[in-house]
Amino acid sequence: MLHVEVWRSADRGRFQPFAVPRRPNQTVLDVVTEIQRDHDPTLSYRFACRVGMCGSCAMVVNGRPRWTCRTRVVDAVTTDGKLRLEPLRNLTVVKDLAVDMVAFFDKWMRARGFFEPGAAIPEDFAVVRPESEERRAADEGIECIGCGICYSACDVVAWDEAYLGPAALNRAWTLVNDIRDGAQGERLDAVAGDSGCHACHTHMSCTTYCPKAIAPTYSIAGLKRAVVRRAVRRSR
Amino acid sequence: MTALLFVVQRASAGVLALAVVVHLATIVYAVRGGLTAGEILERTQGNVAYLAFYGVFVVAVAVHAPIGLRNVLREWLGWKGRACDGALVLFAFVLFALGLRAVTALYLA
Amino acid sequence: MRGRPHTQPGFIAALLHRLSGIALAIFVSFHFLALATALDGADALDSFLSLAATPLVRLSETGLVAALALHMALGLRVLAIEFLGVREQTITAVSACIGVAVAFGVSFLLNAG
Repeated sequence: MLHVEVWRSADRGRFQPFAVPRRPNQTVLDVVTEIQRDHDPTLSYRFACRVGMCGSCAMVVNGRPRWTCRTRVVDAVTTDGKLRLEPLRNLTVVKDLAVDMVAFFDKWMRARGFFEPGAAIPEDFAVVRPESEERRAADEGIECIGCGICYSACDVVAWDEAYLGPAALNRAWTLVNDIRDGAQGERLDAVAGDSGCHACHTHMSCTTYCPKAIAPTYSIAGLKRAVVRRAVRRSR
Repeated sequence: MTALLFVVQRASAGVLALAVVVHLATIVYAVRGGLTAGEILERTQGNVAYLAFYGVFVVAVAVHAPIGLRNVLREWLGWKGRACDGALVLFAFVLFALGLRAVTALYLA
Repeated sequence: MRGRPHTQPGFIAALLHRLSGIALAIFVSFHFLALATALDGADALDSFLSLAATPLVRLSETGLVAALALHMALGLRVLAIEFLGVREQTITAVSACIGVAVAFGVSFLLNAG
């Protein structure tokens, strides 16, 4: 038997206990689904693809942010059969295990995490060599699906509401390395203020927990270097 | 912090890395068999190299510590804005003044 | 799967770095004040230094030496990650930094007697 404690957000919030039988190859998503279908239909949680592609099922399992569909119970459960499920940290809880991702994506925009073609219409296709330094740097961060696990794990986000966060900064870094982009100056300005890339203190929780093995810490380090280089150039 | 503060912080860190290694090695060596004022002053009185080295050291400390504390105040105490920055600038001047006073005290004594 | 977030090497490193930094920032002002007693003559500094011979003060001094070495070592780790692009995530490197701090602390304590 699994002893599952699930966060319920009604009133001031509490953990609701459930007893769920263990089953072979059980994932935490299986457990949550069984609770919602067979025990308490008022429980709210998110999932979509259930095969580790969409990131919708991200939540905190026994203190660690992870995808429930890709977390086997045997890997997450404590030795005495306990599972504690909470919504992602640092985001407003909508209900129970579902959080509001708006703030997360707002910061994405604030970090200029979007491609800008620039004023001049290109005369020909851009040639982006796959083995070039920039393309390889972009490749390292491009697989982000915006699941919010890094944001949940980040202490600086918890300490500073305005901190842009690892995902937004990682995305900005991939664009800094996009040689076609026409807004590099504005983007570096966007990531360089107070609560920007310089607020990262290399705790590396983001890199530890990213299910896509992306390392936002190193992307942010790249942003720090890019901002410094630009500052030095401008001061000459 | 802003880009400028970051550059200053990291640059002063580089300076301090060297200065601290020298300082620590010197202190660990110098305290052998106890350390008296006479022994210190013997080395520092009228010693221009000492003055220059520790002068630079003091400047680096006076910028590095307040900028570092700024992060702590913002993130752990939620203190942001001009009042906080003002207090830290004051702290920087205090460190600079006290540090220069200490360095020259041992040079002139 | 990794352990809980606040047991990870990067967090421990950052926490130790920050705590040692705070301690040093507080201490350094007193350090400057103490040294400046030499303005009143060598004897003034001497009487202050003799205060420092008590075991409690010796221990605190050792702690400060260790804190300075620790803050420097962890700072060098950060500089390597940020500017040299070093990909460093292990507890080994953090332990090495703590080791450096302990080494300085112990050699100070042994030398100071």
